[in-house]
Amino acid sequence: MSVPQVLHRARDTARELAWLFKGVMGENAYQAYLDHHERTHPGGPPMTVREFWRDKTDRQDANPEGRCC
Amino acid sequence: MSKKQNGSHRHADVLATDPDLPAVAVDPQQAEAEDRRWTPAKIALWVGVALLGGIAWTILAIVRGETVNAIWFVFAAVCTYLIAYRFYSKFIERNLLKPDDRRATPAEYKADGKDYAATDRRVLFGHHFAAIAGAGPLVGPVLAAQMGYLPGTLWIIIGVIFAGAVQDYLVMFFSMRRGGRSLGQMAREELGVIGGTAALIATLTIMIIIVAILALVVVNALGESPWGVFSVSMTIPIALFMGVYLRYLRPGRVTEVSLIGFVLLLLAIVGGGWIAETAWGAELFTLDRITIAWGIIIYGFIAAILPVWLLLAPRDYLSTFMKIGTIIMLAVAIVITRPEITVPAITPYATSGAGPVVAGTLFPFLFVTIACGALSGFHALISSGTTPKMIEKERQTRFIGYGGMLMESFVAIMALVAALSIDRGIYFAMNSSAAATDGTIEGAVAFVNGLGLTGVNLTQEALSTMASNVGEESIVSRTGGAPTLAVGIAQIMQGVFGGSGMMAFWYHFAIMFEALFILTAVDAGTRVARFMLQDSIGNLVPRFRDTSWRAGAWICTAIMVAGWGAILIMGVTDPLGGINTLFPLFGIANQLLAAIALAVCMAICAKRGLFKFLWIPALPLAFAAVVTITASFLKIFSPVPAIGYWAQHTAFKNALAAGEESFGTAKTVPAMEAVVRNTAIQGTLSIIFVVLSIIVIATAILATIKAFRNGGGTETEDAAVASRIFAPAGLMATPAEKELESQWAAVEPGRRPARTGH
Repeated sequence: MSVPQVLHRARDTARELAWLFKGVMGENAYQAYLDHHERTHPGGPPMTVREFWRDKTDRQDANPEGRCC
Repeated sequence: MSKKQNGSHRHADVLATDPDLPAVAVDPQQAEAEDRRWTPAKIALWVGVALLGGIAWTILAIVRGETVNAIWFVFAAVCTYLIAYRFYSKFIERNLLKPDDRRATPAEYKADGKDYAATDRRVLFGHHFAAIAGAGPLVGPVLAAQMGYLPGTLWIIIGVIFAGAVQDYLVMFFSMRRGGRSLGQMAREELGVIGGTAALIATLTIMIIIVAILALVVVNALGESPWGVFSVSMTIPIALFMGVYLRYLRPGRVTEVSLIGFVLLLLAIVGGGWIAETAWGAELFTLDRITIAWGIIIYGFIAAILPVWLLLAPRDYLSTFMKIGTIIMLAVAIVITRPEITVPAITPYATSGAGPVVAGTLFPFLFVTIACGALSGFHALISSGTTPKMIEKERQTRFIGYGGMLMESFVAIMALVAALSIDRGIYFAMNSSAAATDGTIEGAVAFVNGLGLTGVNLTQEALSTMASNVGEESIVSRTGGAPTLAVGIAQIMQGVFGGSGMMAFWYHFAIMFEALFILTAVDAGTRVARFMLQDSIGNLVPRFRDTSWRAGAWICTAIMVAGWGAILIMGVTDPLGGINTLFPLFGIANQLLAAIALAVCMAICAKRGLFKFLWIPALPLAFAAVVTITASFLKIFSPVPAIGYWAQHTAFKNALAAGEESFGTAKTVPAMEAVVRNTAIQGTLSIIFVVLSIIVIATAILATIKAFRNGGGTETEDAAVASRIFAPAGLMATPAEKELESQWAAVEPGRRPARTGH
């Protein structure tokens, strides 16, 4: 492999890891919602970022998740 | 008896795939062929794993040298996990669960882009792991280290393979097949009203005791420690700041805010060191245990009624961040430093039951002291909650459910290694109750050297040096496991970063790490318990069902907080030492919940008509039932006061009746009265747990027998829906999966039913 290829691959791996980490932290939730919205209700506008995260924590308020010991 | 099951192909008509799209599942025959094809490289790999594991176990279990290197624990654990994952979990998949990737998961057929959202398997693995791993696997192994290194290691590794991971995997799979239903709902459906109600009440009481004892661990870690109190209390303003940041300044920037929070957390740890050294700081933040306990009770109430976005959600992000980071860091540090362990394989406490850390013999008390890490009933609540609603494909449950629990077990092994790596004299000085050591260095040295342990010669200097190294006034009788683990972690980490000058930082970093998990669990546990209580009261007073009704929420929160708060205060003020009398109750409660979960799984398997493989859930169920019921009976009926709650109760009552003014470690009449009261509560709780669990297990056995007579039972799964997406099952895609993935990648985006993620 040439040097640019190695660099290219390293960058891809780093991106993949960052994406994975953000996913584990829960940051990808809005993007997932947007994707879902686009697929299913192309009519109405989706929630904005702010609205989505508000809605998310409001739902957590109503449906608490346990955390283990 | 409506439909009966006959394997996974009975929905063949419903599960016809879209002819315009590539296959949604790897052809079962092709997958089978791939599995059975043993290339020389594959054979060499597994022979290598088996050999390395075998050597590691030989060194741990058979070779008796002066010391044993910690690296062998890592090899024994990892090799055994790999073999179990590859062979046993696959055996369960093939014969018992029979997942069918042609069926859509709830994340697909109920998709709403929010709660039900198909999530990349590796991301979901991380999510699930962060939700199940907490302080439990860190504390139990530390306390069990008094019996030597071997019993704990064997139980953590064998227990997880045949019990803990099986429970998590089965519960997750069955919940997924039922649209993500909770354990409580499944218990009601499978076991009927009596079994279901008993399971609900048991879960609620078990949650109270678990929250109380976790809180007790934090109180013991922070008592008389101005540094710890300052840095842990700073997590509250940090979380509030993060909450406001995420809500108003930059919504959705979770990683960014977690990084900021992490930096602030490090500042709080460093700042704690400076503040604890000033006169005003030491005065302000040196709090006795009772004050801290009240602080946590008030905090728990407020945190549970505040909106989630302000405190709980940001705290959870911080806790996930710390959890993943620290666990990876610790694993790397153990491999780099490879500490030598001088603890014997088995100590006399395993058979005498007279250990000062937790009383009782190896059977059954080892198996309740180490609950999380080997078998944790609490996981059944997580595995039947959020995770099954996010699984992309059915076959991924093996990786996420079984694999996730193996990972937690590895955390328990690391905690055990950390606890074993510290000097044994210091270990016993830290973990014997203040009732035994008087809480002084002189008392601790006299007590520990009086235990008659071979090779242990504790000096006052060793204790005071260690205390000053970790930046504490004293380390005597810092019971509860957390401080011991923190010393162990500090010792390992300073070998990699910073040397002995950094020990105080690492010690408080570890305390912070544990306190953060526990306080998150306290918040979340109180909230979940409050909703369960509201739901239960709602059967009598319908208004309580409305969870947005402020007064109802406050009343139920107050009841739950009062429940665990009372047990916490009882533990803190207990003249017998607190953690050593209460910890067995924690383990028993957790294992009984596991028995309940496994009983529900067994009933479901029986109703599916899978009698030939019923032993897969029945074996761990029988073990958990025998262990916890024996332990409960000993706690209730044992005539030995150190073990039996009622024996202790009667002994103190008789002493009071005889007009004595001091008895055992209780030096005053009020202290004696406190023992009488505490033992009565602990004894009553033991009775409640064991009775409820016997009811649940009995109803599950009845349901199983009934299913056996009828050759199966009523179907409780959701109707099968054909899947329209594809994703690999395990961590790495197999060649057949790669082939399918490339076929899917070639479908033009407009026609592809999108997956979340990339």
